Amino acid sequence: MILLKEVFFSHPGGPEVLRGLDLSVEKGERIGIVGDNGSGKTTLLHLVMGLLRPNLGKVVLFGKERRSEEEFREARRRIGFVFQDSDDQLFCPTVVEDVAFGPRNLGFNASESLAITRRVLDALGIAHLQKRVTYQLSTGEKRLVAIATALAMDPEILVLDEPTAGLNRKSAERVLESLTDHVPGFLMVSHDAEFLGRCVSRVLKLEEGRLTSL
Amino acid sequence: MHLEEFAFGQSLWHRMDPRVKIVGLVFFAFAAALSKDHGVLAVALCVSVLSLALARLDVRQVLARFGAVNAFVLFLWFFLPFTTPGDVIAHLGPFAVHRQGIALGLAITLKANTVAAATMVLLGTSGIFDLVHALDHLKVPRRLVWLFFFTYRYVTVIHQEYSRLRTGMAVRCFRLRPTRHGLRSLANLVGMLLVRSFDRSERIYQAMVLRGFSGTFWTLDHFHMHRSDWVAAAAMAALVLGMIGWQIPRGPS
Repeated sequence: MILLKEVFFSHPGGPEVLRGLDLSVEKGERIGIVGDNGSGKTTLLHLVMGLLRPNLGKVVLFGKERRSEEEFREARRRIGFVFQDSDDQLFCPTVVEDVAFGPRNLGFNASESLAITRRVLDALGIAHLQKRVTYQLSTGEKRLVAIATALAMDPEILVLDEPTAGLNRKSAERVLESLTDHVPGFLMVSHDAEFLGRCVSRVLKLEEGRLTSL
Repeated sequence: MHLEEFAFGQSLWHRMDPRVKIVGLVFFAFAAALSKDHGVLAVALCVSVLSLALARLDVRQVLARFGAVNAFVLFLWFFLPFTTPGDVIAHLGPFAVHRQGIALGLAITLKANTVAAATMVLLGTSGIFDLVHALDHLKVPRRLVWLFFFTYRYVTVIHQEYSRLRTGMAVRCFRLRPTRHGLRSLANLVGMLLVRSFDRSERIYQAMVLRGFSGTFWTLDHFHMHRSDWVAAAAMAALVLGMIGWQIPRGPS
C-alpha cells in the first residue's frame, strides 16, 4: 500500500536526513519505526503523507506514484494521520465537530457525518467526551480524540507519530486498545519499545537516513 | 513568515551600526515622503535602489516585496489621474485625465518605492535583536520597544501555529471552498488561534515573572561606532540635507 523507493530528503539549507531510504508496507501490516531524536522519523511520515516531497526517489501509494498535491490528496483520504502533538489536529470548539470535520470533507452530509462520529466515539469508548471543548481535554483524552478524527475517515491504514508521547501507562494502554481493536494496519513512529513490542508485527530502525530491520 | 530573511549577510550594510541605520532611515524616509520635486525623488529612488544592490540580497525576495508595495500603488493609479482636480490633458472614455493627478501618482510611486528600498537596506539587514537593542540605546520608550519585539517574536509563533493547524486540516482532506462547511472551519481555525495565542501569551508572561522579570529588559550588547559608521552617517546626513536644500526656494520670487 505504501512504498518508498530510494528516497533522499533534506530540509532547505539543512543536511540530508534521508539517504536512499526504502520502505514497503503491505495491507494489514503493523509496522513500528524507532530511531534517535532528529533521525528523520517525523520527516519520513510527512513524506508518506505528501506534506513534504522527496528531493530524489519515489513515493508510491496504493500502486500509483504520487507527485502532485492533487495525487496526494486522493491518497490522503485512504490514510489516516495522527500528529505527535494532538493540538495540531484539533481545532474545532467541540469534540463532535472536530471528529465530524473529516467526513464532511469527504462529502458526507451533516447527519451522516454525525452518525459516523457517534459510531467512532462509541467504538473508542469516548462518547462521553463529545460535547467537551477540545482545548480543555487532558493530554490522554486529546490523543484518543485525535485518533478518532483519523478513524472517522475510515482509512485503510493509519500513520501515527509518537502516539504515546507524554501519556502515562493507563492512557497509553487505552491508545493501544483502540489501535489493536479498530485499525486494520498502521505505520507508527515511537520511542516506547514496550508499547511497540505489544502492538506491531515488525520493527524498523531509522539510522543514517535508511531503515534496517530490527 | 520570516522577517529576518535579509538579516544575514556580509555586505557593508550588514556590518553597519544599527543605530546609524535606524536614525538614517527615519530622516531619509521623512525627507523622501515630504519632497515634492520629482527630480529629487528620482535621485532618492536611484540612491536607495543602488544601496539595495550593494546589500546583495536574494533578488527574488526583494522583487516579491516590491511587488507587494506596488500592488497597492497600482490601485492608486486607478483613481488619482481621474479624481485629482486640475488641467485636463486627455480623455479615457467618459473620464477626464488630469495632469496634476498623473504628477501626484508619479510622486507617490517614487516615494513608496524609495522608502521600501531604504527599509530593506537599512532595517532588513539587521537582526531583530540588534534593532531592538539599537532602539533601546536610542532612548525610544521601552514600552514601544517591547511591543515591537514581542509583536515580531509572536507573529512568527502564531504563524507557525496556523501552519500546523492548516496541515492538520489538509491531511483530513480539507479544501477551502466558499461553502458553509468551508467558512465554518475557517472560523473555527481563527477562533482556535485566538484562544491559543492568548493562553500562550499568559504562559510566557508567567515564565518571565518566574525568572525574575519586573519590567526591565537588560541590554547585553554594546554597540561601538567605527570610522565606517561615522562615514555612513555623514553620507546619509549629506543626502538628506541635499534633498531638503534643493527644494528650498532660492531668493525672493
